[in-house]
Parts: sequence; C-alpha cells; structure tokens
Amino acid sequence: MAATDWQPARLRATRALTPDIRLFEIEPSEIEQASPGAPAPPGSHLGVAVMIGERPDTRSYSLLDSGADGLYRIAVKRLPDSRGGSAYMHGLEPGARLSISGPRNHFGLTPGRPGYLLVAGGIGITPLHAMALALHRAGAPFHLLYAARTPQDLALADDLRARIGERLRTFTDEEGGRIDLAAAIADLPPGGEAYLCGPLGMMEAGRRAWAEAGRPAQGLRFETFGTGGRHAAEAFTVRIPRLSREIVVPRHQTMLEALEAAGVGMIHDCRRGECGLCTVKILDTDGTVDHRDVFFSDAQKATNAQLCTCVSRVVGGGITIDTADRAG
Amino acid sequence: MTDAKGFPLNAWYAAAWDHEIGRALTPRRICDKDVVLYRRTDGAVAALEDACWHRLLPLSLGHLKGDQVMCGYHGLVFDASGRCTFMPAQETINPSACVRAFPAVERYRLIWLWMGDPALADPDLVPDFHWNSDAPWVGEGGTFYGLKCNYRLVIDNLMDLTHETYVHAGSIGDDAITRSPFEVTHTDTCVTVERWMENIEPPPFWARNLGKPGHVDRWQIIRFEAPTVVAGDVGVALAGTGARQGDRSQGVNGFFLAAITPETATSCHYFWNFVRSWRTDDEELTKSLNRAHVNDGKGVYDQDHDVLEAQQRAIDRQPRQPFYNLNIDAGALWAHRLIDGMMAKEGRAPSKNDPAKATPSVGIAAE
Ligand code: FES
Ligand code: FES
Ligand SMILES: [Fe+2]
Repeated sequence: MAATDWQPARLRATRALTPDIRLFEIEPSEIEQASPGAPAPPGSHLGVAVMIGERPDTRSYSLLDSGADGLYRIAVKRLPDSRGGSAYMHGLEPGARLSISGPRNHFGLTPGRPGYLLVAGGIGITPLHAMALALHRAGAPFHLLYAARTPQDLALADDLRARIGERLRTFTDEEGGRIDLAAAIADLPPGGEAYLCGPLGMMEAGRRAWAEAGRPAQGLRFETFGTGGRHAAEAFTVRIPRLSREIVVPRHQTMLEALEAAGVGMIHDCRRGECGLCTVKILDTDGTVDHRDVFFSDAQKATNAQLCTCVSRVVGGGITIDTADRAG
Repeated sequence: MTDAKGFPLNAWYAAAWDHEIGRALTPRRICDKDVVLYRRTDGAVAALEDACWHRLLPLSLGHLKGDQVMCGYHGLVFDASGRCTFMPAQETINPSACVRAFPAVERYRLIWLWMGDPALADPDLVPDFHWNSDAPWVGEGGTFYGLKCNYRLVIDNLMDLTHETYVHAGSIGDDAITRSPFEVTHTDTCVTVERWMENIEPPPFWARNLGKPGHVDRWQIIRFEAPTVVAGDVGVALAGTGARQGDRSQGVNGFFLAAITPETATSCHYFWNFVRSWRTDDEELTKSLNRAHVNDGKGVYDQDHDVLEAQQRAIDRQPRQPFYNLNIDAGALWAHRLIDGMMAKEGRAPSKNDPAKATPSVGIAAE
C-alpha cells in the first residue's frame, strides 16, 4: 500500500460485543471529512497501523457496513495466537489517534445475482455483515448462515436479526448446530453465488461442497484471515541444508517473517496465502504441515511438496526446505 | 463553486449504438474509465473494465472465448461478471481476482452503462430517449466519439439555441430566435426551455421541409434530463393554425436528440440524431438529413463540433474562471445545478482545485 494512502483518524468509541470481540468506531480526520469519499462497497477492509511491541505493522479489518455516515466500523477478535495486532487493538481507548488506509476491496460482491448464500464462521462475520446489509437494502434474495462455538460468541447476531430477520440463521458447536453446506448450496438458484469467510476448514468444506454440486468455481467467493489453521500455532524449526541454516519460527511470527528476519531472500505479495509467491519446496518434515493457504489445491496440500510460508506452519516437529537461493 | 469537470457516476450513460456492439471486443473510455464492450452468445451486452487484473493489459487486446474474455498477455480468463475463471500454472484461482463489470442496458437503440455503484443500477432510471426508437419518429444519427470538449459544453450548446442564429446561419439560424422570449422551467430531474417565434419568415431548412409558402409559427421546446440527455422538440407550422395551442397538423415536427457521455474531463462522446414525423417513408430524406447534420465539416453538428472544440481549447488556455453568464444561459445553469446535485448526493462534490478528486470510485448508498 502506498505510504501516501495513510490518513489520520480517531477512535470514537469501542464496545464489547463478546468477551473477546470488540467493536471499534473510527472517525477519519476532519480534513478528510470535508470531502468525504464514496461509501465503501461491502467486503471492503480498512488498513490500520498497529504497534507490535516496539515495531509498527499493519492489519486489515473488514468493514461492518458502508460507512455512509462517515464512520468506519470494524470488529476485532482478540486471538491467543495473534502476533499482537489484536492485543494492540484491544488495548486502545476511545479518543486514541490512529492511522488508517483504504478502504480497499478484495472481496467484491457481484450485484444482480438470482440468489446469494453468505456463510460466516466466528469473526468471519465482519465482511458478511456488510454484504448482508447491502443485499437486504437492495431487496436481493439471500441467506446468512453464521456459526460460532457458543451462543455468546455470536457477535452482532442480535443486531443483525433485528435488521435482516429470518434471513439470518445461527449455529453453535455448543448446541450441536452444524451448517449443512450441501443443502444450503442446493437451495441456491442456478447463477447464485456463495460468499464464505471463516476458518480455513470451513472454507475448504465450502469449496468441496461447491464443486460436488457442480457449480462453477468463480461463483464461490471466500476470504481468509491467514490465521487459524487446523492446529494451534507453536514454535518450530526450519532447516535449509543448501544454506546451512537452522531457523526457529516463534509462535507469534510467520515462517515468512522468520526467514526474512534471518536474512533468507524471499518474495511475497498477498501475505494471505492467495498468490503463491512465498512458497518453498518441502524436502522433509518430522512434524505435521498445517496448510493455511488457499493457493494450493487439496490434492497439492496432500502431497506436502510445497507450502506457503506467509500463513502455513508446522506443528509437532520441524521442517526441512529448499529456497530459491542458488550459489553463483 | 463546484468543479465543472466532474460528472455523476450513479447514472446511465450512452456507450454505443446497439448495432456497433457485436462479437468483437470494443474498447471505449467512459467517465475516465477504460471499458471493453462485447455481446454474449445470448445477445446480452457485457461491459468490463478494460484492464486485466494481472498486469493491466487492456482486455480488448485479448479475445472472446464464448461469453468470457481471455487476456492476450498471460491468458487469464474473466467471465461477463468480471470474475476470473482461469489462472495459468496453478490449480486454484486467487479469490480476489476480478475486474469490474459495469451494468449494461440496451434501450432506445443505444447501449447504456452505469458507471457508479452497481447496486443502484435500476434500468427504470435510463433517461427517456424514446423518440430515438419509437414511431412515428424516424431518423439516422451518429456519434462524435472523443469530441474534445467537456460534456457540459455540449449541454450548454443545446440548452440555448440562440447560437443557431450565428453558428447555423443559412440553414436553421434566424434572427427571430434572438428576438423571442423564452421560458425556463424545471423539476428534480428535468429542465425545459420553451421558445415560440410566431408569425415569422421560416429559415431555409424549415421552409424547404414544410413545402408551403407563407409565414410560420416556429417552436423549440428543449428538454434536458439529468445528467446528460437532451431532446429538443422543434418545428414550424403555418402561422396562426394553432400549433402553440396544440394543433400541429399544419406543420412539420422533429426532435433533435443528444446523449452526451463524458470520456475524460475534457472530452466526451456525443450521440446525436434528428428524428422527424413527416415523410417517414422517404429514405432519401433520411439520408439527406443525416448528411445535413454531418457533412465533412459543413453540416449543422459539424459546425457545433468546431465551436465546442475551439471553446475547450480557449478554456484550457485561460487562467480566468471561465464564463460570464447571460439571461439566455438560464437553461444551461439549471442543467448544471441538477448535475451538481446528483454529484453532491454521491458525496462527491468535487473540489475546485483538484479535478482528480472527481475520478470515479464505487460506493454503496447510504442506508
Ligand atoms: S505471499 Fe501470497 S501466498 Fe504467501
Ligand atoms: S496481463 Fe492479463 S494475463 Fe497477464
Ligand atoms: Fe447547434
């Protein structure tokens, strides 16, 4: 993101939505408000400058609505495995000065479809919240299926139900509810689209169910957070025989960051497990590779030949890889 | 003071004549956006941003594969809704890969594109241009693509026909125009300028087409529909036969039609037509009227074309805030006000010093 894109903003208010999810209302600076930009399309996210320890970094958070009133609303979940972005956000007090960028959109909603299926898992509700409001306003046929661990983890559900009524259906592990993706996809008229945001497992299940239903791949849209794999994050060791290096990836750092910090030349772009630029070849592993990307197909992940270092990790052991570096 | 270069985005703009768009990829710049137009196999028109998601190569340099466009550089394929459906050398598709698709509607012999928030693209909002397609009106028009003037100059030109006296002397110009009073009225979306010239000598064009000797009552009832469509009800009838009261049976009646589309801040596409309701079977007359309007620099619209481009060149050279206004500019100024109102509604009242601020961005409506 271009440096010039950053603008000052103020945290107007915060509110606890659940024990670990907070709502943030962010007001762009008055200079910017004098010439307000267009409201943000659903699926847009806002870049927020955060401090991780002493180090500045950026995080992007999906907007909960169009921000047509001049305020940006995001919801942030405090993640135990986080690298510190969510902890920083949760430590902010109303009135705090912020630096924001965007909004930008990588998760655009196609208008004019005969039907929409929105599926949210946990904090994945945030972009789908904006989509549900937009579709509701447009009078489009849609359903929002929203799953979380416990009823009290269903942030925004009460508010949403008040606004979109029966179009919202909630599911919780605690009450044994499970989203029947196959049935929900079968209910979608031909030409309908599905939008998913949540843990990786949910998106992989969605992708499988979508393909099994014989639907065109481009009709399924999803967004990942690049966090939350099948396993909890833990430290692991990366060995690179060609470079005679052994590098420890701490729990709160990505493998890509650890490799770069150790001086290994890497290229990357999305840092979300989408583009495939940060991949390395796996030579050997004595642990389990937790593939957290959406770049590789299921079949490719199963062969464990490569991994996306920006999001994927290893648990229960270490890994031996080869990078692009060659002598000469 | 708003920036006269800006244009609303939440509006339908004419992008092409219906017969111009087929199975070829047709590039066109509209509202400062590069767009590629094509017809799908079912006949519907698709309009995509003419820049590949990958490396921005214009998609119009690629080719059609059924209803999808394959980029001519590395083969990425996009469907008519702008979704990427194929990426080389990988088994999955990056979920954020897409190009913008613009809602398109075919109506009144034109293809109209919606350049703003697609969720607001209501076909019922296409401006009324039915004279271009419906009986009894007959006529063949054309387009000045890339006319080198800001689109508002064309609206100004059409909302005040005083200029006919000077620009179109010898055909439709007449001193009577400058002598006659006119009335300007408006609604939330339309501005009407009405002028009657009673008991006058008809100008050459109208005398010829009326084909009867004697004085006439002449009318010009110009209707602007925001943001950029103008339809002018014009004609003459034998003087005193009641045309002003509603009986036009002793006269001839035509409409000049204009759908103007911003291309950039200083250029536009001007779709024009002149339709008539007399001698509608006479194809030779249709052809000659088309020629009378564009005729290698000598037709009526050619004359306007020259004035408009010269005016834009002068504006570009003048540091002074352009334009003093006259009484005769009332229609144009109301039209500007409606356009500015549409822009303000989009939250895009453009700043005076930064025309770039008026560049398009998508948004969704306030709740
Ligand atoms: S940087 Fe894009 S997949 Fe890792
Ligand atoms: S630029 Fe279009 S495929 Fe690369
Ligand atoms: Fe003219």
